[in-house]
Amino acid sequence: MLHIKCPHCGMRSQNEFSYGGDATVKRPELGKEISDQDWDNFVYNRKSLRGKHLELWQHLSGCRQWIKVERDTATHEIFRTLKANEDNS
Amino acid sequence: MQKYSIFNLIKNAFSNHQKWDLAWKDPTPKKEYDVVIIGGGGHGLATAYYLAKEHNITNVAIIEKGWIGGGNVGRNTTIIRSNYMHDDNALFSEFGMDLWRKMSQDLNYNVMFSPRGIINLAHSDAQMNLYARRGNSMRLNGIDAELLNREQVREIIPMADFSKNVRFPIFGGLMQPSAGTARHDAVAWGYARQADSMGVDIIQNCEVIGFDISGGKVEGVRTSRGDIKVKKIGLCVAGSTNILADKLNMTLPIETHLLQACVSEPVKPVLDKVVTFGAGHFYISQSDKGEMVMGGDLDGYNSYAQRGNLPTLQHVLTEGIAMMPFLSKLKMLRTWGGIMDMSMDGSPIIDKTHIEGLYLNCGWCYGGFKATPASGWTFAHTIAQDRVHELNAGYNLNRFNTGHLLDEKGLGTKTWIS
Repeated sequence: MLHIKCPHCGMRSQNEFSYGGDATVKRPELGKEISDQDWDNFVYNRKSLRGKHLELWQHLSGCRQWIKVERDTATHEIFRTLKANEDNS
Repeated sequence: MQKYSIFNLIKNAFSNHQKWDLAWKDPTPKKEYDVVIIGGGGHGLATAYYLAKEHNITNVAIIEKGWIGGGNVGRNTTIIRSNYMHDDNALFSEFGMDLWRKMSQDLNYNVMFSPRGIINLAHSDAQMNLYARRGNSMRLNGIDAELLNREQVREIIPMADFSKNVRFPIFGGLMQPSAGTARHDAVAWGYARQADSMGVDIIQNCEVIGFDISGGKVEGVRTSRGDIKVKKIGLCVAGSTNILADKLNMTLPIETHLLQACVSEPVKPVLDKVVTFGAGHFYISQSDKGEMVMGGDLDGYNSYAQRGNLPTLQHVLTEGIAMMPFLSKLKMLRTWGGIMDMSMDGSPIIDKTHIEGLYLNCGWCYGGFKATPASGWTFAHTIAQDRVHELNAGYNLNRFNTGHLLDEKGLGTKTWIS
């Protein structure tokens, strides 16, 4: 079982969270020219590589906040967790 | 190639079965091939077999990083069915059902195809309506489907929970009598043996390091066992699709997720159908050895681990016990996991790509095993003729751009939601 350190609540079990997918995907900015390719990349196309993966989780059975988690997709090691609005660079 | 038959079995008994030919060779890679198939799983082996058999292309190599049949073809729950509503899925799968029925004879290898039937349980009136609609669609496409009421289901699977006060009472179900199971390893080995006998090189322990692409055309593939010149490459790597796509600077509508399965200790014959729970995601059948073979949801987050976590297994088996309470008395024998290439509409991709000579076969989600023969057959056609067959025309990559999605379950793009 994963143990995820919620930046708001501390270390909790995976059972309290639900998954939200790749956190590096950005919605195209409205008001600008948006190509079909831009929409495809936002809606469908994913890198989904082996290794470090920045992803969204929601602490559904806790504070209900969305957070970012950097996790290894092969070993499940969690390197760091961030608040949703924190810069991940 | 030595034929497998009762006479050869008797003949070899006199030499204590020590003199059988090897089922396939262990060649070193040549410098050049007409076609290289990456991935020695069910789909890759089937593709090579149909390239040789249907298109007479035998200068073919299958490159496999590990050993053949060690991925999802050896990790699935062996279910074979064609109970789809959408035409593209239904016609493709039903074409595959025909290949399944002939497979043991065709390959001279007993794949133990057992058309025992599959029942999808319904737990509400609304679900019965949906199943009636799907069943009608199936019949229009020439696939057998029977809508069963509660009593008819009870007659077939009396061990399911038919008591009064359950959370998800059984209203009935949709049955495809011609669906079933097969011995999964035999499928991989049968295809491998025949492909090898027709001249295909099966190269194991050979990892793809990179590709030689120039001027938008495939020139070769670089592997851990040397560079190979080739004009046509077929990608059949299921859960590793994203990794190889990255080496090709492609980003695909695919995420890699982990799916678990498990078997109980063997028990006497109790269940002669494949049954799926309609109020969640759980499916069960009984193997010839007596083990209850079970599976359900993805672990729910991108994963290359090839082993699962317990919370998902607990969730899946809770559904199983809700459906068939006697399962709670059984001990678990084994659990395992495999990595799935989850496409964004739940349907696969068998298509050409923007790179000339590069062909894509991926996105099989939960349903890769049953598609093995049809996938190999259509992929071989696509590679040999350099154009898609009408059976896999709907499985194009471009549909994510044009909006012609094949979303059989209507789940949208969150591949981890079941």
